[in-house]
Amino acid sequence: MTTTDNTVLQITDLHAAIGENEILRGISLTVNAGEVHAIMGPNGSGKSTLAQVLAGHPAYEVTAGRVTYDGEDLLEMEPETRAQRGLFLAFQYPVEIPGVTNAYFLRAAYNEIRKAKGLDEIDPIEFLELVEHRLKLVDMDPAMLNRFVNAGFSGGEKKRNEILQMAVLEPRLAILDETDSGLDIDALRVVAHGVNSLRRPDNATIVVTHYQRLLNYIVPDRVHVLAGGRIVRSGGKELALELEARGYDWLTEAAPAGVGVGTGA
Amino acid sequence: MSVQGYVEAFERFARDGGRTPAWLAPIRRAAMDRFQALGFPTRHDEDWHFTSAAPIAEADFTPLAGLGGPETVADVSSADLEPFTFRGAEWPRLVFLNGRFAASLSSTVGLPARVRVASLADALANDTPELRRHLTTIADTERNAFAALNTALFTDGVFLHVPAGVSVESPIHLLFLTDAEGARGVAYPRILVVADAHAQATLIESYVGLGDPSYFTDSVAELSLGDGSRIAHIRVQRESQRAFHVGLSQARQARDSHYASFSFATGASLSRANIYTDLAAPGAEVTLDGLYLADDAQHVDHQTRIVHRAPNCASHEVYKGILDGAAHGVFNGKVYVHPEAQKTDGKQTNNNLLLSTDAQVDTKPQLEIFADDVKCTHGATVGRLDEVALFYLKSRGLAAEEARTLLTYAFAADVLQRIATPAVRETLESLVRERFVGVPALAAG
Repeated sequence: MTTTDNTVLQITDLHAAIGENEILRGISLTVNAGEVHAIMGPNGSGKSTLAQVLAGHPAYEVTAGRVTYDGEDLLEMEPETRAQRGLFLAFQYPVEIPGVTNAYFLRAAYNEIRKAKGLDEIDPIEFLELVEHRLKLVDMDPAMLNRFVNAGFSGGEKKRNEILQMAVLEPRLAILDETDSGLDIDALRVVAHGVNSLRRPDNATIVVTHYQRLLNYIVPDRVHVLAGGRIVRSGGKELALELEARGYDWLTEAAPAGVGVGTGA
Repeated sequence: MSVQGYVEAFERFARDGGRTPAWLAPIRRAAMDRFQALGFPTRHDEDWHFTSAAPIAEADFTPLAGLGGPETVADVSSADLEPFTFRGAEWPRLVFLNGRFAASLSSTVGLPARVRVASLADALANDTPELRRHLTTIADTERNAFAALNTALFTDGVFLHVPAGVSVESPIHLLFLTDAEGARGVAYPRILVVADAHAQATLIESYVGLGDPSYFTDSVAELSLGDGSRIAHIRVQRESQRAFHVGLSQARQARDSHYASFSFATGASLSRANIYTDLAAPGAEVTLDGLYLADDAQHVDHQTRIVHRAPNCASHEVYKGILDGAAHGVFNGKVYVHPEAQKTDGKQTNNNLLLSTDAQVDTKPQLEIFADDVKCTHGATVGRLDEVALFYLKSRGLAAEEARTLLTYAFAADVLQRIATPAVRETLESLVRERFVGVPALAAG
C-alpha cells in the first residue's frame, strides 16, 4: 500500500468491537484527495460501524489496527478534534436537539473549526449570508434555520440538514452514512447535487450505502464491498452495477473465512 | 417554631385586629384552628412523602410586617430592582419588601382605568364585593396546613380585579423581596386575582432574596377566571439560597377560560410549590408548565393538581427539572377526571436531567380517571445527558464541556418556549445560562 502527500485517510488492518462483539475484522483502505469511495455491503456487514469509528463514536472500541488522517494518528484524536481538522460524518440517524436552533448550531460548529484554524469567529450577520447561499444548494427553506436542530423534521429534511452542515463546514473528508436511505428520488437528487457541488481536488468523500441507486448520482472512483467486517471486493464504479444486478450473496459466500481482501485505491 | 408558637402569634395578631375586617376575622380563626388540627406535614402525609417540612417546623421565625408601622425602604432603590425586572421593562408593578408594600418602589402607570390593582392591605381597608366574594374561597385550606397558616396570618399582598371584557396589554409584576432586614422573619404574601368574563391579563409573581438571609415565605395566590377569560401567570421563585419557600397557587376556571401557568424555581434551600387548578365548567383549558433548577443541597418540590370537573376541557402540562450537586427534586402531578368530565384532553410530562451522581429526583404522575370517554396520557423520565446527542455535537467540533453545557441549556430552553411573553422567556433563559455559565445567547441565532 502506498502513501503519498495526496493521501487523506489510510486505514490499516482496523479491528473494532462493541463489548465482546467484534464488528470490524481487519479493514484496510486508502483514500486520496479528490476521490470518492463507495462502501457497500449487506446489513450487518460493518459499514456504519466503520463510519462511526472514523468519527470517534464512544460506543466502539478499536482493538487493533491504525488509521492515519493527513498523516496523523486519527484514533488518538477526540471526536471534536477530528471535526475541527475537517472530518465530517453525515449521520444515518441525525440527532434531534430541541432547544438549540439550527442557526445557532451551525454557527457554533463553523466557529469551532475557525478557532481550530486560528481564525476569528464569524459574526452572526456575515454567517447568515454564508448560510443563505448554502441553503440553496440543498433546496432548504431559510425558515429551517430558526427551527430546533432536526426536531420534528421529516426523514428527508434531516438528511438535507446533514448535507447543509457539510456545505457550511466544507470538510476535508466527508463520510456519508446511508444518507440515501429513506429518501425519495427528488430528495436523493437534491442530496447528491449538494454532495457533487462540494467535490474539490483537495477533499475526499466516503459514501456508505446499501443501494447502488445513490451511485447513479454520486459517481465513485472506487467501490468496496464489506461483508463480515472485511472488505471482500474492491473495484471501479462498474462493481456497484454488478452488485445491483447480482446482489451480495455471490461475494459473501465466496469470501474466504479469516482473510480480508483489503485494497487501496 | 412549634404549632403552639404560631397559635400564640395568631392570638396576638387577632387581639390587635386593626387590619382585619369583621367578615374576615372568623375565617382567619377557622383557618388557624385548621392549621392547629393539621399541624406541620410529616413524611406520613402522602403529599409530603419525599419532602421534609421539619427544617421549617423546627426554626424560629419572627412575623414580618405583622402590625403595620412605617414603610422602611430607605436601603432599597429602584436601581436595586433592575436585576429583577424583565429586560428592564417598565411594567406596572407592586413591590413588597420584607412582607410590606413598598409604594415608593411600585407603579401602576399604564393600566386601563377600570382595572383595580392594590396592595391587599389597602384593598381590605376599602373592600369591594369582588374581594369579599372571592378571598379565601379558592385556596384549599382544608388539607393544606401552610395555606391555612397563610389565611390566618396574612397581612398584605395584592388584589387585582380585571373587569369584564378588559384586556390588560402590559404584564403586571408582583415582586416580593426579602433582604437582610427580613432575616429570621416569616412573611405571608396573599394574592387574589379576579378576572371577569373575557378579561385578559398577564401576571408575574416573583419571590427574590437580596443577599443571603435565611427566612420563610408562606404564600397563597387565588385566581378566579371568569367565562372566556385568559390569564397567564408566571411564578418566579428566586429566594435566597438559605430561605424556605412554601407557596400555593390555586385557580378556579369558568367556562371557556384559558389559564397559562408557569412555575420557575431556582432559589431557596427548601421550596415547595403547590400549583392547582379546577376546570370547573365546559371548554376551560389550562397549560401548567414549569422548570426547576437546583444544585448543592437544595430541595425543590412541585405538586400540581388539575381537576377536570366538566366536559370538553383540556390540560397540558410540561415540567422539567435539572438537578446538580446533591440536590433533590420532587414532582408530583395529579390529574383527576370526574365522571362528568367526558371528552377530557389531558397530557402530562415530567422530564428530569441529573447532572451529578448525588443528585436525585422523585417523580410521581398520578392520573385518576372516572370518565370513560377521555384522552389522557402521562409520562415521566429521569436521565442523564444523551450520549448520542453529545457525540453528535462533538462530531461537529464542539468540545465535550461545551456540548454538555449546550445540551443542558437546550433541555431547559425547550420548556421555556412555552412562555408567551418574550421578555419573561428571555430573562428566564438568562437565569438558566447563569447557572450553566459559558453559553452565549441562543436568541441571537
